Amino acid sequence: MNTFRSLWATTWFRLLVGLAIGIVVLFVLAPAGLSDFRLSLLARFLCVAMVAVGIGLAWGQGGMLVMGQGVFFGLGAYLMAMHLKLADAGPGGVPDFMLLYGTGELPVWWEPLRSPAVTVILIVALPALVAGVLGYLIFRRAVRGAYFAILSQALVAAFAILLIGQQQTTGGTNGLNGFRGFFGYDLNDPANQRMLYFIAAAVLVGMVLIVWQLRRSRFGELLVAVRDQENRTRFLGYNPALVKTVAYVIAAVFAAIGGALFVPIVGIISPADVGVVPSIAFLAGVAIGGRATLLGPVLGSIAVSAAGSGLSETFPAAWTYFQGAVFILVVGFLPGGLAELVGRVRRLPARRRLRPDPTTASTTGITSGIDAPGPDTERIHA
Amino acid sequence: MKVPAIDVGELGEAIRPEFVRQDYLEVRNLRVSFGGFVAVDGIDLTVVQGELRFLIGPNGAGKTTVVDALTGLVPATGDAAFGGVPLLGRKVHRIARAGVGRTFQTASVIEDLTVEQNLDLAAGAGRSPLSLLRARRRPPESVEQVLEGIGLADLRHRRAGILAHGQKQWLEIGMLLAQNSRLLLLDEPVAGMNAEERAQTGELLRRIAELRTVIVVEHDMEFLRAYADSVTVMHRGRILAEGSVAEVQADPEVIEVYLGHPAEEEAALIAAEQAAAYEQNPEENNA
Amino acid sequence: MEVIAAQLFAGASIGSVLLLAALGLSLTFGQMGVINMAHGEFMMAGAYTAFVLRGLIGDPNISLPLALVVGFGVGGLLGLILHRSLLSRMHNRPLDTLLVTWGVALVLQQLARDIFGAPNVDVPAPTWLAGPITVFGIGFPKARVFIIVLAVAAVVGISLVLTRTALGRRIRAVSQNRDLAEVSGISSPRTDDLTFFIGSGIAGLAGVALTLLGSVGPTLGQNYIVDAFLVVVVGGLGRVKGAVIAAFGLGVLQAFVELSLGASLAKVLVLLAVVAFLQIRPQGLVTIRTRSLA
Repeated sequence: MNTFRSLWATTWFRLLVGLAIGIVVLFVLAPAGLSDFRLSLLARFLCVAMVAVGIGLAWGQGGMLVMGQGVFFGLGAYLMAMHLKLADAGPGGVPDFMLLYGTGELPVWWEPLRSPAVTVILIVALPALVAGVLGYLIFRRAVRGAYFAILSQALVAAFAILLIGQQQTTGGTNGLNGFRGFFGYDLNDPANQRMLYFIAAAVLVGMVLIVWQLRRSRFGELLVAVRDQENRTRFLGYNPALVKTVAYVIAAVFAAIGGALFVPIVGIISPADVGVVPSIAFLAGVAIGGRATLLGPVLGSIAVSAAGSGLSETFPAAWTYFQGAVFILVVGFLPGGLAELVGRVRRLPARRRLRPDPTTASTTGITSGIDAPGPDTERIHA
Repeated sequence: MKVPAIDVGELGEAIRPEFVRQDYLEVRNLRVSFGGFVAVDGIDLTVVQGELRFLIGPNGAGKTTVVDALTGLVPATGDAAFGGVPLLGRKVHRIARAGVGRTFQTASVIEDLTVEQNLDLAAGAGRSPLSLLRARRRPPESVEQVLEGIGLADLRHRRAGILAHGQKQWLEIGMLLAQNSRLLLLDEPVAGMNAEERAQTGELLRRIAELRTVIVVEHDMEFLRAYADSVTVMHRGRILAEGSVAEVQADPEVIEVYLGHPAEEEAALIAAEQAAAYEQNPEENNA
Repeated sequence: MEVIAAQLFAGASIGSVLLLAALGLSLTFGQMGVINMAHGEFMMAGAYTAFVLRGLIGDPNISLPLALVVGFGVGGLLGLILHRSLLSRMHNRPLDTLLVTWGVALVLQQLARDIFGAPNVDVPAPTWLAGPITVFGIGFPKARVFIIVLAVAAVVGISLVLTRTALGRRIRAVSQNRDLAEVSGISSPRTDDLTFFIGSGIAGLAGVALTLLGSVGPTLGQNYIVDAFLVVVVGGLGRVKGAVIAAFGLGVLQAFVELSLGASLAKVLVLLAVVAFLQIRPQGLVTIRTRSLA
């Protein structure tokens, strides 16, 4: 028991235990216990959870309230959807909806997406570029807090309006749908849908591991420092704009990958999935699970998605009230999310045992080390 | 270049800049104005390494504004160079990397990080991006020495937020050492400390000043008399007098506006405390 | 020439709506640092107030002027309740208020859906606002002219309240230095309540005005809230003057870009313009208080 406790204290051990549980649940229990339909539903939740992992980093660690992750989710999703449409249309072909609404000619900026490799690169590179440039411009001028949140929201609003307005080239309100294949695999084959689930699960685990490492790295400490004392870090010689931009870019790329996998799994992407409202909805799960924790955003996001898919179809009104109540109650009264509640309960007995001695904090002074002469008294530096 | 032989104690390693040399700060005709209001009106200032310089003056004299201008926080005209490197017109973090560090009237340590993490962060501005992505195994040697030097070694794993006020001020000074600042601009480092803490801080500053250039902005006359090597008195954005404590105290102009008038000194102190109290208010308007 | 005049008028018209939507936000944001995402829903409540009054009275010639007054009261009351029950506890957490008020917005939208139904409803305009006013041979719709006049009146009214009344002095004192104001005997919670009442009241007023431009639905407020926030960002914290310039500036910009590139690209360009503007002039947004570095 004691050895277990001391092992538990090491981050590595906890990581391994958590990883083992996660892998068993995601790769053994869920595929064995769920029907194809449910598994595909879970795969969809995992894609949304990828956005949440990034939000946890940007908002929880970095203090940037990203209200417009729909932009990056949408960029990833639309890039993937465009490629799938082109692949379905065959070499030299034109997607069906363009023949319906447009001139039947393929716009120049669709052309590169015929190539699978270019598509995959763009899914990562384009959101990274957009987030990097926009983020750096905004953070460089120390625009932060609510102002940043509003700008990120305006960005997603403009993005959604743009998508709707360009019906001939983006499918407009209907979005893009009706995909048949995924890099050569038939999307109607249940086996391939299961494969997509495993890809999504593996990607999500990878993202959690990346964030785990970032949180414990010096970069993670720096991000917290920039969140709490942006100007102070500047006087320490850091460029906080750069630090924030890096976190923002990572969150954007995660969201884009989530969006890219969302498309073959769900089979449709439309402006309704990427606008202002869904962008804020991404935040709900993160807030519930605990924005500042590693797993809180993932678990919270999956829970909210699950509750949503259950409630929103049968009781749409109740679901909206529930979402509203979540924001009001959790953010208003439990800003740390459910993780805070768990932590509070767990700390209760511990606090009684280990009440810190209030005197130790004030009696240690600047004494040690000052008066003792060192061994290198004679050393001279050139 | 002549290298002075220096008596270095255990703290020496911590307070010794990487390259010991005779640094000095030179300021010529520094002007800062906000809209129409001239906060600093063309001052000249030379501070060499090895002296503990105090910058005093009644409220609104422009002391903190001088520090702001030198650290890139407010735009200024004129010339200012430290160790031959010009400071004006550069970005805050560039000036910091050029070896200029400062503290603030209210201690601004990173409360959510531990003491050790705070110092490690301060020591790391020059780190490569790759090393930033790795976890911190052991803090660098310099951080260890600073921890000893500022007497917070036992509290290294405590969150900085729960430190006592004086300890936070020490941690801030320690961060400047870890950062390897060669010019330290300290804004009221002993405000809110008790007599014993002041004495400890004074000793610490003296030791630091042996190897680095230090300017202390202070209101506390007791502290000034005990530790200042030289004093610059500012009044309404100009320099009124400069010299040793005795010289400045004997200066009739200084007596007129500032020193020697116990009632006025008292009033200035009260005003300063009130000002500090307002500024501490947590009215975060988030801008 | 005629095209330019027409676009300038269109810009002024867009700007006046933006201004009505942003004025109250700017007031509450400036004083309390509170971001009220439910502000749009207060507008929606004002619009439904006009709808209900029209149903009760029947004659839009009478119901509209009455709705302006009642709408102000409805919006203000909602704001007062919101501030008292939730926001007054959260002054130090601006980002959290953003999400909490978003929750309130969701609830209010669903309430509207449950009460009035999901489809949009129409509020007929009064006959005295039908048709155009013709100046120099160019026709300007009376309803839009009325909204511009209303926006100007709201600005003048707010400025008078802020500069000429005891309440205005209290509001300015609290927004500049909350603690000092408290010490001087100003009750900041009371002042906050009143500010929120007025700011949200203007939202209600704006909602009533919007019934002249189109139909009313539960998501009416959503369409304006993002733009209104952009006006506040560009205009600067709680500055009525800044909000006026920003609203009309963005309105005219959008009108002219729309003319050449279409509405959807115009939105994107307006956003990029805002980001570019922040590069040149972030001063209105950023204040570093050096002594404390808060």
